[in-house]
Amino acid sequence: MSAPDLRISDLTIPAARRRQDREPWTFERIIVHALLIVFVILAIGPVLIVIINSLKTTPAIFGGPFDLPTAKTFSLEGYKRVFTRGNFIVNYRNSLVVTVTTIVLTVVLSTLAAFALVEYRVRVASLLAGLFVLGIMLPIRLGTIPLIQMMLAWKLMDTLAALILVYTAMSIPIAVTLMVTYFRTVPTDLKEAARMDGASELRTFWIVLPLVRPGLAAVAALTMLPVWNDLWFPLILAPSRQNQTVTLGVQQFVGQFMNDYPALLAALTLGAVPLVVLFTLFSRQFISGLSKGYSK
Amino acid sequence: MISPAAAYRNLLLFVLPALAVYLVFAVLPLATSIVMSFFQTNGASGDIFVGLANYERLFTHPTISARFWNALLNNMQYFAIHLIVEVPMGLLLAALLTSGKLARSEGIYRTLLFIPATLSVVIVGFVWRLIINPLWGLVGFPLLGTESTALTTISLMSVWQYFGIPMVFLYSALLAVPNELVEAANIDGAGGWTTFWKIKFPLIAPQFGLIAILTYIWTFNGFDLVFALNGSAPGPNYSTDILGTYFYRTFFGSSGQLADLDLGAAVATIIFLTVLLVTAAYFWLIQRRLKSYSV
Repeated sequence: MSAPDLRISDLTIPAARRRQDREPWTFERIIVHALLIVFVILAIGPVLIVIINSLKTTPAIFGGPFDLPTAKTFSLEGYKRVFTRGNFIVNYRNSLVVTVTTIVLTVVLSTLAAFALVEYRVRVASLLAGLFVLGIMLPIRLGTIPLIQMMLAWKLMDTLAALILVYTAMSIPIAVTLMVTYFRTVPTDLKEAARMDGASELRTFWIVLPLVRPGLAAVAALTMLPVWNDLWFPLILAPSRQNQTVTLGVQQFVGQFMNDYPALLAALTLGAVPLVVLFTLFSRQFISGLSKGYSK
Repeated sequence: MISPAAAYRNLLLFVLPALAVYLVFAVLPLATSIVMSFFQTNGASGDIFVGLANYERLFTHPTISARFWNALLNNMQYFAIHLIVEVPMGLLLAALLTSGKLARSEGIYRTLLFIPATLSVVIVGFVWRLIINPLWGLVGFPLLGTESTALTTISLMSVWQYFGIPMVFLYSALLAVPNELVEAANIDGAGGWTTFWKIKFPLIAPQFGLIAILTYIWTFNGFDLVFALNGSAPGPNYSTDILGTYFYRTFFGSSGQLADLDLGAAVATIIFLTVLLVTAAYFWLIQRRLKSYSV
């Protein structure tokens, strides 16, 4: 509303700035790098400590928690025990099913809606768009009690479907709002030309779609994190062993094997690594989605 | 051109699927929760309208109300710590990232700094619990086991996880500052420091309001980290209890407390109002300020 209209179409670093690599190391440059390195160590140090120690024997973990594993101290026992005692394969499958289905549903439903909200300028359109914007602020967890009753009534309690439906509802408002900003950038000429050629509305939508591809990626990246990492709804709507997601699985495993440090650290590593890797690959889409989606 | 009637029909067809899912699984449950808070639903004779009885219990029952106020105050502290630590940290990092001194490494720093925000709270909680565990020798004092330090410790763990979010908002706003303005200032002899505070900072100032309100909404929805670390009756002696854990305990029950759906609905309604009133006040103030500028 008062936020500046951010239109960063791309976060790649322009060639002009790349040339600075050849600039000399001034005092200012050294200070900037030094400060950032300190913060990077603070940010990823704890994660590295967990990964490093998950590959060591128990005495080595306590003997030198900051040492790298050596030939003597290297051990995969923790991982073995996680896979034999834990439920990780099932946990991963559940998280994948829930996250991927939610992303697909959110992308499809919100893209269709956003296209129409930009395209058909009748009065209800802006009202509906406002309704979606309000949803961004809506604390959906506060509706948990009726959600439990709904899921019980529809025999969806303790199913992955319950999670998928709630997460899709949770992701739609920000996704629609974000996609609206992308559809606004599509030139009207293109759509009019398609209609002149006798294209149906659905066909027009299909023709325009490639132009908003960065938006689709941003929505997917933005939907992924909160769904994969949520603890509240898995705990309440899908708690049984065969329906547990990774986040809930790790939480319960850690509670059960509090003293088995190698296994515990292995479980934490397994829980963290896939998302960190995915985020690293899609960080540009995620960051532009985050700043665009919320700045409306 | 499309006729108005066709436009209405098309709009409806395209929007309906998204709207239906959003209304049924997000709006309806919240609305039902509010309605439910005025009823007694588990009686033998069906649902009975009880007016404000659930609220009366929430605010007058000695333990229930004491724990509620405790959770609300803790939540305010949880929010305040986030705001006070996260925002300056995010601003510093965003300023460093856009200082123009980084070239190719800018993207690498940006990604690495955001990694904590991609972790699940279960991992964040246990990583930090291990690091500050006296066994590891980093802190010889039970930070989480002491009433006076537990909430601050948990808040700072959460800050560690989420400082990337204000950083990204401010970073994007700084990137959007027109280059001509910065160059003009440089020609006038302004250094990096002066340019930042006199030119860039005023332009990104509206972002602070947005960050504050989003942090407010997110912290008042907080639950996961506290639950992962301390369970549903977060100790020591409820010193880390926030509204999310209080709400969970009320409708789910815990040791020594029976599940109570109607009271839970009343708690949800009060939390909703707490979030709604502040959010509405924020937007009302912003709108008013915008109006006074345009006059």
